[in-house]
Amino acid sequence: MSSDRRKPTRPPAITRRSFLKRAVATGAGAVAATLAHLPAGEAAGNELAEGIAEHLGPGAVAIDLRINGELRRIAVEPRVTLLRALREHLGLTGTKLVCDRGACGACTVHLDGRPVTSCMMLAVDARGHEITTIEGLGSPARMHPVQSAFVEADALQCGFCTPGLVMSVAAAISRNPSASPDEIRRAVAGNICRCGAYPHVFDAALKLVRGGRKQGIA
Amino acid sequence: MSRRVTLSLGIEGATRDVTVVIPDDEPTPWQWGDRFEIVGRPTPRVDGPVKATGVARYSYDVDLPGMLYGAILRSPHPHARVRRLDLSAASRLAGVRAAISMGVREVRFAGQEVAALAAVSSDIAADALKLIDVDYEPLAFVADMDLAASDSAPRVFEGRLNVGKSSSSGTGDTEHALASAAVVHEATYTTAVQTHVSLETHGAVARWDGDSLTVWCSTQAIFGVRDDLAVYFNLPPEKVRVICEYLGGGFGSKLGSGPEIVIASRLAKAAGAPVKLMLSRDCEHIATGNRPNSEQKVRLGADRDGTLTAIDLVERGSGGIGGGSGSAGPFRSIYRCPNIRTQETNVFINAGPSAPMRAPGWPQGCFALELAMDELARKLKIDRLELRRRNNVHPVRAVEFELGARAFGWAGKSAAKKLNGPIRRGIGVAGSGWPGTGISGPEALAIARRDGRVEVRIGTQDIGTGTRTIIAMVAAEELGIPLEQVVCEIGDTRYPFSVPSGGSLTVPSTAPAVRQAASHLKEKLFRIAAPLLGAEPGDLETRGGVIRVRFDSSRALKFADVCRRIPGDSISAQGERVMNYEGFYNQQGGCQFAEVEVDVETGIVRVLKVVAVHDAGRIIDPLTARNQINGGVLMGVGYALFEARRMDPQTGLMVNPTMDDYKLVGPLDVPEIEVMFVEVANGYNNTGSIGLGEAANVATAAAIACAVHDAIGVPVRSLPMTPDRVLAALGEA
Repeated sequence: MSSDRRKPTRPPAITRRSFLKRAVATGAGAVAATLAHLPAGEAAGNELAEGIAEHLGPGAVAIDLRINGELRRIAVEPRVTLLRALREHLGLTGTKLVCDRGACGACTVHLDGRPVTSCMMLAVDARGHEITTIEGLGSPARMHPVQSAFVEADALQCGFCTPGLVMSVAAAISRNPSASPDEIRRAVAGNICRCGAYPHVFDAALKLVRGGRKQGIA
Repeated sequence: MSRRVTLSLGIEGATRDVTVVIPDDEPTPWQWGDRFEIVGRPTPRVDGPVKATGVARYSYDVDLPGMLYGAILRSPHPHARVRRLDLSAASRLAGVRAAISMGVREVRFAGQEVAALAAVSSDIAADALKLIDVDYEPLAFVADMDLAASDSAPRVFEGRLNVGKSSSSGTGDTEHALASAAVVHEATYTTAVQTHVSLETHGAVARWDGDSLTVWCSTQAIFGVRDDLAVYFNLPPEKVRVICEYLGGGFGSKLGSGPEIVIASRLAKAAGAPVKLMLSRDCEHIATGNRPNSEQKVRLGADRDGTLTAIDLVERGSGGIGGGSGSAGPFRSIYRCPNIRTQETNVFINAGPSAPMRAPGWPQGCFALELAMDELARKLKIDRLELRRRNNVHPVRAVEFELGARAFGWAGKSAAKKLNGPIRRGIGVAGSGWPGTGISGPEALAIARRDGRVEVRIGTQDIGTGTRTIIAMVAAEELGIPLEQVVCEIGDTRYPFSVPSGGSLTVPSTAPAVRQAASHLKEKLFRIAAPLLGAEPGDLETRGGVIRVRFDSSRALKFADVCRRIPGDSISAQGERVMNYEGFYNQQGGCQFAEVEVDVETGIVRVLKVVAVHDAGRIIDPLTARNQINGGVLMGVGYALFEARRMDPQTGLMVNPTMDDYKLVGPLDVPEIEVMFVEVANGYNNTGSIGLGEAANVATAAAIACAVHDAIGVPVRSLPMTPDRVLAALGEA
């Protein structure tokens, strides 16, 4: 999509009014999912007297997103999800759309290091956050340890759910490098793999955790 | 010209010599005693890195310059006449580039394709769909099999009965045998409709270049799609190219050319631009296929000692507006019995058509047969495993029952105390199976390059089972080079022909063609190496990346050094998959053991452990094979406990076309799974391999149902065994 010469937009403060407006527009589930990943201060403070922080749309607006360490400017309609912005506007097709309602985890990316389902978040709401996608984690020539562990343990079959699972496991292990088997299971509880590669996913994650414990690294 | 070879075939400790006639240029089939460097070793899949990093390009990821986004308008009515369809308002919306009608006069399920359009963005395409004006005349419909079977039910197809013609098959006289049997068990078993839920939905990206059509599509059969499109657009097949580099699951639903592939191609033609059309999740559930439901009336007769004297099945099921129901396979194959009769009947209802799904008919049939066997064993007061041993027909399954019972601890668990408050523990076992040993047809091309790399090309596709890896391993084994030296190119109709990836066909059909191509390439390289080594080509062998004289290993050249002598850029050799010759056994065996916990207060069933014992001839890669068995087991857990398409008979709509309301097995539902393989030198083809995908899925739900029966003392005769059904079964006890 075309670039825009306007200066970078800043993320709006979330207010009770804009929260409710968006809840109506996008469905409460989406907002709940989005809010759950926002820093506490951002959701609570900065309430404006009149409430409305900014008007966006209905046409395309230029936004800046920080993705995999790079600032990218795109023009998207406010209704475009972060997932579709990544795939259709930024060419980052590693992140997959599967259920389109936050039920399967295939679209998991990291927002400020935490896993979020990008199908449940609007692209405009991702402004001001550090977004990491599967492409930002590693490449075939320089795989992230979680990616290497997945390959070695054969923790995948068709591979369509794999980017989401890798992102969930990577987030869990960076949060707790010596995560227990139970913690790993809970970390991937929201990821659906129809081929049923879960047992090998657990193998991959546990090898990493054990290896990490041994070497003292995540 | 052909030659005779005597092979040692069978399982360890029970081999027999079989003399086969094979073409002269066919490599000698692998048999007992052969030693391998690569085949049989657990090997991470070669395309793991591109999949784990998101680089693998699925049809859904294809992005072409100027590409439009397609969308399909579907009927909201389960049965209606289309009186009028007006595309003009939709066509006028800014950004819409093409709009087409499917030309249907009558729709027969809610979700049937009515019209389609392509626009510059997926949002505009979605907006434009709302502007298509359709005048429907709703007609009477029926979305329930029992209702559809009644005489007064609305007809799904005008002038045709909803209840189809029965297909029967039999040996002996079951009625007579049942009348004279010492013990008879009779009951009715039902199973729900299961949908495939491939994570990559059906769809395609289509591009025309003049009168040539290129389609990237999510398919299990690139050549089938090519031929269908060639017929549809009246083109010679070589004008159609179908590409499927990576495939996000299929499980049988992607064996045909779905409407969305033709629609994407038609839209691309009308718009004069490439079109991407991938289905949404709800449409994937509703319109792309499913495993039909079943109602199975089973009668078993046996002597006092547990010898089966009669097996009788009367089945009916609904494939929606399609056929394809049936469950007789296991009844005719797993147990030996002189009197077997099966009757299958398909019933039409106003719902999406069925499609083959992982061992079509077998998980349904295995569930009914095996739970009936458990109920019979109870009447006979014979151990359930012993009853199966006595009647089992398959020599490999006989070994598998023993191995599995030991690993599972059958004897100990049978005797153990099973009570802990409201929690009851139980165990079950079920026989598996799947017929077939692969088919002829595939060809392969092996190319050696001057840098020592070998490329193998074959027009198969990887449904997720690791096809690239298997092919590369077989080629590397035959050529005696490290796996890293082999590059495997698949998923393009420009490569040599191969068969669909379904029905456990892929490995036993493709691997032998690849092995033959590699063997022919090896002969050509030996002809280059022979004069350099002062030997005859027939005296050479290749192992560990070195070509050497068989009786004098000091005369040797590196494989890569021989390749450097290739006069041109490369040399290549073709191979073909020849017809099956004789072998050990033309079916897989297999069996699975399950242990469950049932809460008799809530009705919730938890699967604790599954031991899956399987054979697939020669296992090429035990790592990917184990993964595939795990997957079959887990799909079976879902089939046993969760999965059901719910149709509302009042509206004719599927009420759970999502991934939360249609419940799949998630990470927290995974039991402990132990996979065991029994290696069989099986013959039939030069690798002795058989496919694995179907048998992995056949017995799981059955074993779980038997375990639930054991735990609570009453059978739950309907799948899925949801808490309400478990409680109802307990209430009737």
